[in-house]
Amino acid sequence: MSDYSVINTRLPRVDAWLKVTGEARYAADLSMPNMLYGALLQSPLAHAKILNIDTSKAKGIAGVKDVVTYKEAGTIHYGVSPARYDETMFCYDKVRYVGDEIAAVAAVDFETALEAASLIKVDYEELPVYLNVFDAMKEGAVPIHDEYPNNIGAEVHQEFGNVDEALKECYYVRTDRFVNKKQDGGFLEPQACLAHYDANGYLTLYTSTQVPHYVQRIISMVLNIPIGKIRVIKPYVGGGFGPKAGVNTIELAASLLSMRTGRPVKMVMNREQVFLHSRGRHQFYHELTTGVKKDGTIHALKHTCYLDGGAYTSFGIATVYYAGSLLGAPYRLQHMKYDGYRVYTNKPACGAQRGHGGVAARAAWEQQLDIIAEELGIDPIDFRLKNVREKGEVTCNDFNLSSFGMKECLEAIREHSDWKNKKGKLPKGKGIGMACGFFVSGAGYPIYRSETYHSTAMIKLSEDGGTVDLYTAAAEIGQGSDTVLSMIAAEALGVRYEDVKIFSGSTDYGVDLGAYSSRQTLMTGHAVKQAAENVKSQVLEVLSKRLDIPIEDMDIKDGFIVFKKDPVDFSEIRSIYIKEHRGWAQQLTGDRLTFQEAARIAYLEKGTIVGTGAYKPGELGGKYKGATVGTSPAYGCSAQIVEVTVDMDTGKVTVDSMTDAHDCGFAINRTNVEGQMQGSLSMGLGEALFEEVKFDEKGKILNPTFGEYRIPTALDMPNVNTIIIESNEPNGPFGAKEVGEGAIMPTIPAILNAIYDAVGVRINELPITAERVYNAIKEKEKKKGK
Amino acid sequence: MKKLINLIVNNKSYELLVAPNRTLTQVLREDLNLLGTKEGCGIGDCGACTVILNGRPVNSCLILAVQANGCEIQTIEGVADGKNLHPIQEAFIDYGAIQCGFCTPGMVLSAKTLLERNPNPSELEIREAISGNLCRCTGYQKIVEAIKAASKKMKKKEERLDE
Repeated sequence: MSDYSVINTRLPRVDAWLKVTGEARYAADLSMPNMLYGALLQSPLAHAKILNIDTSKAKGIAGVKDVVTYKEAGTIHYGVSPARYDETMFCYDKVRYVGDEIAAVAAVDFETALEAASLIKVDYEELPVYLNVFDAMKEGAVPIHDEYPNNIGAEVHQEFGNVDEALKECYYVRTDRFVNKKQDGGFLEPQACLAHYDANGYLTLYTSTQVPHYVQRIISMVLNIPIGKIRVIKPYVGGGFGPKAGVNTIELAASLLSMRTGRPVKMVMNREQVFLHSRGRHQFYHELTTGVKKDGTIHALKHTCYLDGGAYTSFGIATVYYAGSLLGAPYRLQHMKYDGYRVYTNKPACGAQRGHGGVAARAAWEQQLDIIAEELGIDPIDFRLKNVREKGEVTCNDFNLSSFGMKECLEAIREHSDWKNKKGKLPKGKGIGMACGFFVSGAGYPIYRSETYHSTAMIKLSEDGGTVDLYTAAAEIGQGSDTVLSMIAAEALGVRYEDVKIFSGSTDYGVDLGAYSSRQTLMTGHAVKQAAENVKSQVLEVLSKRLDIPIEDMDIKDGFIVFKKDPVDFSEIRSIYIKEHRGWAQQLTGDRLTFQEAARIAYLEKGTIVGTGAYKPGELGGKYKGATVGTSPAYGCSAQIVEVTVDMDTGKVTVDSMTDAHDCGFAINRTNVEGQMQGSLSMGLGEALFEEVKFDEKGKILNPTFGEYRIPTALDMPNVNTIIIESNEPNGPFGAKEVGEGAIMPTIPAILNAIYDAVGVRINELPITAERVYNAIKEKEKKKGK
Repeated sequence: MKKLINLIVNNKSYELLVAPNRTLTQVLREDLNLLGTKEGCGIGDCGACTVILNGRPVNSCLILAVQANGCEIQTIEGVADGKNLHPIQEAFIDYGAIQCGFCTPGMVLSAKTLLERNPNPSELEIREAISGNLCRCTGYQKIVEAIKAASKKMKKKEERLDE
């Protein structure tokens, strides 16, 4: 057991009561007096020139207060990465996917706004539609963006070591191809926002986002409002998983409409619009050539990948890097070459989604490693154990593994799954498989080039000393950052968890890059810890003077002042407190001096006690081009074992059990860590077995509903045996690092490898539908027959 | 043409004048300000809008308010008894069954009707009962554990009352 009082426990979430009683408010729950409702006009065509937009009919409808197109909004380009600002609020020259936004209406009620939007007349000239990367790259294809004539929006070429030479040195070399499908974020809460531009020229935007900070910056740029006059407030958010990690059109449109009408404007996406806005998982076409030595040493990896990016770049530049850079890292691989191409197509834009860029690559490679292990006659776990890196090692692309419990993860899953008695020994149709995972613990650099702090925090003590107000702009999106940060504050300051009151998610509370790349616990955690330690020392300083005891002889723990040496007479302080709070409900008694009394004395001495903290990563490795994507202050890792049943007659796969070990450095909240692991595995299972956004030949989504786009239900998910590995990350607050995204990494390949163990077939295309498995089984039988 | 309807929501009776095309979700949220009922899809796929209607869990987005005329409805706001949480709510908190919280109200209400119908459900019965309530965050495990724990707790409470 640790010496900690608050962290490393299973304390309930700070927002649990609000959420379980229905009191928690999300963006769509908000309203304001005199509020207008906004609606969008979106393109019915996937690729077309805009010849004319006529809004006159829409403007003539009673109750319509404003109609805006690019003419009113301007055509300032924005996006996620400044290197590819390729979006505008509304289309002006052409539309690039079914759903591209053309206009917005504000009206007195939603029905009127919808009706008016439907009356906007747009004349188009249709262009050829490209729905896969290979068509889009063909000679003579019409560029979706003029600046990129071959529709390749971003490409990456990296080589570490000398791959071609290294492959010649190998005992066994094999090449495999793998493709996944476009996955949707599938969060339960559709995006919604409420914008209010007031008479003083201040814009307040309540919105369902993972990144209030980036939303604030883009709105400032596009609408030309100074940063300090924009407040972005994130209420509770019903899940994000990546797609909410950038500004969206309703945020911009509602803000513009509010500026123009002077009234609050609310906009809410419906589920189909969530699918259209997308920003979810890319489709990746991987080709991997791996070479190993006879003893099982992984020696070289040559990797080519094409990403189907959709109509805009969004996070795509980072995605195309991540798809290559994260892959080799868990293993002692010396030679790695990567060529990645992100291609524009006429589909909704893809972006960052849980396990950003790395999930399909990991699935492809971990399946290939399973094949290689079998070829070499080595147990897949032993094969990994032979190759995995350990703490302190630096990867061939300069990732510093300052903590790395991969070996411990592998040993844990082996021990907890009866692997030795099951692998290769289960009856036909039943199988067991394993795989490893790896992910960053926070992007090492902000999305825009800057020396900015990545997270700031402020702690203010209430004047009675009884409440610790923690201010952070971090984004609680369901992952539990409010809880974890409150726990860190309580631990570092020495107060009880329930004494901390957290204010989060508003750009008014500081700078925080937000909830993406698994960064809140490590980065905001550091800032919060620092702020708490600052406040602690301020209180102790006052106390030291007052009681004439050196600071180092005192501490604060569990809400009490600890006198390390002799007992101390603090009756003077107590009587001051009692005198000042005569008649108050809460009177302090007992034989220990409370933090509350000490904090009150500090307030009387100095005024409001405020402490701040700020964090940015120190110098990170990598001087090569693209080193900014993938370098992180720390790396999480994981290993997983899955057992499946395959119906030999139909090909249907059922996942029976999952054993997952994840190195999160140090678990601030053990229940939350398990929750992240279980949730990640569930999303991975869905992507493995049935999730696929489908399109018709004109680029329209065929299944933009949860009825037709299936995410796992309670009947699809088995129970997960979750094993927390704590490697004590030196760069993390209290040793903590990520769990939220890395945990998804091993799931798909572990399922693939279990299917092979069950029925002897390899599936190279997701999702693993019954049809694909059935056909593979039949194919195998046919070959065997010959 | 608006219709006058009567709804009994969380044991309170309301006379409401509603347009015939408005869903029960809309009327609960917009007219009665019961914002704990969430809308995740609007077409009955996700279960976030689940309420209990005459003892059965329903997707309130698929029911027109006028169809609910005369019905007894319970929303998440009616589950706790003042400051005393229902055992299912307590268990959701204790077992970490909540992440983003958007599915939570519907999930709690589906669980509540299950335990009223079947005080001692098997794990499969629990999973079946909540299979119409999607959750993207938790992987369901802690929700299932919480419902199991709540059923035990409620049974104990009942036994105590019997004694």
